[in-house]
Order: sequence, then structure tokens, then C-alpha cells
Amino acid sequence: MAPVPNTQADRRALRRAIPGTALFDGELAQRGFALNAMCYSFNDAANRAAFLADEEGYCRSFGLGSEQRAAVAARDVPAMLAAGGNVYYLAKLAGIFGLNVQDLGALQTGRSVADFKAMLLAARSGVDPALGGLHLGLAARRREHA
Amino acid sequence: MADIVGGYFTSHVPAIGGAIQRGEQEADYWKPFFDGFPPVRRWLADAAPDVAVVFYNDHGLNFFLDAMPTFAVGAAAAYHNADEGWGLPVYKSFTGHPNLSWHLIEALVEAEFDITTCQKMQVDHALSIPFELAWPDVEAWPVKLVPVAINTVQFPLPSPPRCLALGRAVGAALRSWPGTERIVVMGTGGLSHQLEGSRAGFINPDYDRFCLDHLAADPAALTAHSAEEVAELAGTQGVEILNWIAARGALGDAPLAMVMRNYHVPISNTAAATVVLEPA
Repeated sequence: MAPVPNTQADRRALRRAIPGTALFDGELAQRGFALNAMCYSFNDAANRAAFLADEEGYCRSFGLGSEQRAAVAARDVPAMLAAGGNVYYLAKLAGIFGLNVQDLGALQTGRSVADFKAMLLAARSGVDPALGGLHLGLAARRREHA
Repeated sequence: MADIVGGYFTSHVPAIGGAIQRGEQEADYWKPFFDGFPPVRRWLADAAPDVAVVFYNDHGLNFFLDAMPTFAVGAAAAYHNADEGWGLPVYKSFTGHPNLSWHLIEALVEAEFDITTCQKMQVDHALSIPFELAWPDVEAWPVKLVPVAINTVQFPLPSPPRCLALGRAVGAALRSWPGTERIVVMGTGGLSHQLEGSRAGFINPDYDRFCLDHLAADPAALTAHSAEEVAELAGTQGVEILNWIAARGALGDAPLAMVMRNYHVPISNTAAATVVLEPA
């Protein structure tokens, strides 16, 4: 008899099987808790100022592990992700460094920011005209002409 | 009896807020995206909703990993935006509709959805930007808000079928509300995009097209994939399509009419889309 596929196990396996991707799950959430907690604190401008005034002390107060501390010190975003950082929280730290998500994309893909933006723009050429742009349904077309 | 006037779906990328702040709606980069909104605004003016039930995801403003609800329903009298840490403007506050929120909460728990209830919750750009796009020049939002937050941050995420079922239960609750409110349902986020990893910048127009082509008439098609498969197809942040699936569920099982749809690549790292659906 053929074995019944274990879809639960397959789903978890898929979280590590997507190329260039590690889905943020319990394993990463545990590993990254201290780093993400520090980043979450950066919703408050006073905390961003405290970090800038004493980065070492601020990181210590959140109990960052040595791998996390080194990644932050080096402004090494891939290393922060490997240390369990979640991009939604890391974006707040990146903002302190003046980096947006396209800068982060460039850092993670080993491209210049210009090349990363060009790659995104190039994706437009793969969009069928039937998909891209504004399409109005019948009722909206009537409204437009009313 | 309450009337569900239709659904409004849009991407909520923070950079849109930056473009609005700088007045760049007509700039070459932004115009194809912002051109989708005059038809949305005309539809909203005609449909005249007075309540918005919004399915969205928090990006680390209100919820942290210390306590991460899978589904959270707001039950506050007011909801405030706040500094999200990246220099975006703080957006206008929202007036809540606690009685309708508690009606939803009662109905959802009765239907065996073990939701989290929030009498106090901050709402982030995922709520504010769709409102700014829909009603750009108002002093105060013309609709009251009932927010429903779906976890798209930490796996395991709720499955696509579960999100559709949640939406259906919300829709049933709205239809049983004895008030005379006119309700617009919103789903925010997406479409395909990925912010992290060496696959950052991933965009998949084929999957986006699949979603857009099935949303009005056959939303169950969007539930054929697991959340992990959606992440593979749509990118790690493309899982925000869960908000669209839930919102579509709230609009009922009958096929809907497409009022408008707009799809533009890229906005920041994202394949951006805007859709309005109404009863056929």
C-alpha cells in the first residue's frame, strides 16, 4: 500500500525548500526573539535615539546574542536574517541606518541598488497587456461616460 | 438590515504613503498605480458606505512575537496610527463601531473561530494607506472601522481555506446585523512580492493573474494552495493575499461583478493591484 503523504511534514519542509527563502516560523522566531524585540522597540523615536547614542549598551539591554550583535554592528542584513531577524521588524532598524526595502533587497541579492531597481522594472516586461494596467467593468465604463 | 455594498482591495506598500506625502501621484513612476483610484473613488461615492470591515495584516506596530494572534478582531471606539519607525507621517485616526465589532465577535466565536479580541489596538499603514488612496482629501474618514487582523508574519499562517471560511463567517454576521449600515469590505496587501532572502525582489505576474482572474467568480480556486505554497508562488510577503481571500469570503458565495482592476509592476518591491467588486 502506498504511504499516505504527511502534508504537515511536507509543509514544514517546504518552509526551507523555497530557493533563496527561509519562511519565518517557530524555529526562526525563537532564535530571533531578542533581536526582533529590539527592532520592535524602534517604533518609539526615543528608543531610536537611545540606540544611536549607545548602540552597544542598547543591544546589551535587549540581550542580543553574539551572532546578532555582530550582525547589527556590521550592518549585515543577511546575517541578521540568519540570526532569526524578521524583515518586518528589521525594517525599523534599517530605517535608522537610512536604508529602505530596496536597499535591503540590493544587500541581500549582492546587487547595486540601481541594479536591484532595474531588475524590478524588468519584471514589467513579463506582464501581459491583458493583465497590466487599468481595466474597467461594464458598470464603471457606464459611470465614466455618464 | 445591513447592506454589503461591495469589496475594495488594494496593495498597501508603505512607499505609497511616501509618494502621497511628496505629491508624486502624477510622476512617471507612480502614475500607473494612482490612475487606478479615480474609478475607486467614484464607486465609493455612489455606494456611499458608512462602515468598512477591513482584513489586513499588522507589520510590527501593534503585535509583536510575544503574543501573535492568528485572527484578531478590533472592538475599540477609536483606532490610532503611530510612528512605525521609518519616518512615514502618522496618519489620521479611525472611529470604531464597537457594537458591530462585538456582534462579529459573538458570531465568530459561535461559529467556532477562536479569535483574539482587541479593545485597544494601533493600526498601521496596511489600514491607513488604502484609506488615504480611497478618500484623499477628507478631514475625517467617512466610514467607521471594524478591523480584522490576520497573521502573515509568523508561520504557521492560517490556511487559505480557513481565511476564506473566516471571511464567510464575517459576511454571515454582517448580513444578520439588524442595523441599516452600508458596509464596504476591504482586503489589503499583496500582490506578489518578497522582501527578504536572496530571492528578494521576486515578482510573479502569472500567480497574480491567477488570483485576479478568480477573485470575482471563483475565490475557492485561491484556496487550492497551502500558505507555504502561496509563499513560494507569491513571495514571502505575497502571502498577504490571505487578506484578500478573507475579504472575498465576506462578500458571499455568489459570483461578483468586477467594477475595476488595476495591475502595475513594480511599486517599490511589489506587484501592485487594486480591485473593486460589487454584487452582480
